[in-house]
Amino acid sequence: MNIALLLEMAAEAAADRVALVCDGKRWTYGELLAAARGACELIRDSGAEFVALLDESSEASVIALFGAALSGVPYCPLNYRLADADLAALLGRVAPALVIGDADRLARIAADQGHVVYARAAFTLAVQEACAPTDAVYDPGEGVAVQLFTSGTTAAPKAAILRHSNLVSYILGTVEFGGADEAESALVSVPPYHIAGIAAVASSIYAQRRIVMLPAFAPDAWLKLVEAERVTNAFVVPTMLGRIIHALDKGVRADIASLRSIAYGGGKMPLELISHALDLFPETGFTNAYGLTETSSTIALLGPQEHRAAHRSGDPAVRARLASVGIPLPTIELEIRDEDGRVLPAGEPGEIYVRGDQVSGQYRERSALDADGWFPTRDAGYLDADGYLFLSGRADDVIVRGGENISPGEIEDVLLTHPAIADAAAVAIPDPEWGEAVGLAVVVRGGFDQPAEDELKDLIRARLRSSRVPERVLFVAALPYNEMGKLLRREVKAMLAA
Amino acid sequence: MKPGARLKSAACDGEFVVIRAGGGTLTCGGAPLAETVAEAVPLDPAHAGGTVMGKRYVDAAGTVELLCVKPGQGALALGGVSLVLKEAKPLPASD
Repeated sequence: MNIALLLEMAAEAAADRVALVCDGKRWTYGELLAAARGACELIRDSGAEFVALLDESSEASVIALFGAALSGVPYCPLNYRLADADLAALLGRVAPALVIGDADRLARIAADQGHVVYARAAFTLAVQEACAPTDAVYDPGEGVAVQLFTSGTTAAPKAAILRHSNLVSYILGTVEFGGADEAESALVSVPPYHIAGIAAVASSIYAQRRIVMLPAFAPDAWLKLVEAERVTNAFVVPTMLGRIIHALDKGVRADIASLRSIAYGGGKMPLELISHALDLFPETGFTNAYGLTETSSTIALLGPQEHRAAHRSGDPAVRARLASVGIPLPTIELEIRDEDGRVLPAGEPGEIYVRGDQVSGQYRERSALDADGWFPTRDAGYLDADGYLFLSGRADDVIVRGGENISPGEIEDVLLTHPAIADAAAVAIPDPEWGEAVGLAVVVRGGFDQPAEDELKDLIRARLRSSRVPERVLFVAALPYNEMGKLLRREVKAMLAA
Repeated sequence: MKPGARLKSAACDGEFVVIRAGGGTLTCGGAPLAETVAEAVPLDPAHAGGTVMGKRYVDAAGTVELLCVKPGQGALALGGVSLVLKEAKPLPASD
């Protein structure tokens, strides 16, 4: 089943209802569908093998997603923040493509790759002018709908592919068709090349929840848009939530009483930040969504009531759930396994495996699924006795010291209890005796003196085991994060190696 | 019949997309579902009750699943046995 059917159904049920607001312009479901059909014509005429987006979110990213789907060509939004050489390499992997967005940059870095290029405004105009024949035959949706390059925090970007069937099962399994009332709107501020951006568009359209697009995130603009459009739902990454709260603390005024629900994901949420947010927005429902590109977005959820219950609770086990990513979706299977593939009981940490119709687990070059269809996420974590999932970092980030597995998260969490430590990262460093040892990069909080190395080592020795004590401690001004708030551990390793 | 196929009712306005395909004869309003409808037939009152846009219908064994993409007055059945509404557990909007 083609993902464009989601838009066709919305247009069938309510052609004149507003589907999308972007830069002040309103698009109805009927107009979006007509534009997507026009885009299909444009894509077919171009002979492109991919539709690539080199742009922020806008109506063009929505039209391109569904237009590509109708034409049977994979949609591949690219990270425009990448350096020229990295971006040119990714463009080369999708050539020849119909590229929408930064035409000047494309001419500069990939002129010889055979792409057909449209600036955003030209694309939006052309798709409205292209007349799709009434008897047009669209792609049945048996192939790849979306190709996303992974952010490559540990290695070179991989081309993850999501089939129509993966995305459609995710939407049908988690979203009630037309389930949103007319007042509901979802503020989309994540970049279009992130799975959360794709999922937000597809779910909102199927729920008939008006999409309010913020092409480039800035806290003031986000708050103003919530007020102006009476936004009810929003998805943010933790970094964005931190910046929104900071703006409010600094006195930015906006009436955001319409916000009923804030979902977050895409990176680790600091406990301090979510606790502060729960106090600051007592009427808002918070949802933590855990998912991966390879799983078509969300596979586990911590819902609004669970957030409030954990926040209020005096029971440490219930309180701890604020740091969990909740319960796996009923539509997927999830297991924790050890290195030998054995399924582990509650409480024991290992690698998270998932299986289900929404799980692709495939890259253009190879499939990561095992013989029984399970996808090894490379995320490490454990389930508690009640089935709540806790993450403890990437499996690749585990430090193996003399055969003992050390999770960076446990060391970082201990360090963050020190009042003078604002941020910390533990990574593996080569060690002649142990193979690997713990290296630490630490950021001192403003207004505090730099603590002695031994003080930090003593803290870790007292709270954890001596094997966790770092061989090397580096004090740095800031840790390297990507724009989605993901810590770039390979860069931390490079800092420690320097 | 395969996943993604769009089936129409000959007895009402109902249209359905196949999510999960299985064996047996699928009917709506008492008439067989097909990709093209040659001739409209009257609705069998024993197979009335209607379908709802965006709802999924399954047989008890879970071998067949249809998504209603256009509602109609007929009810769905597989081999004469009514399909039932697939209840989804509502989840909070997460993205």
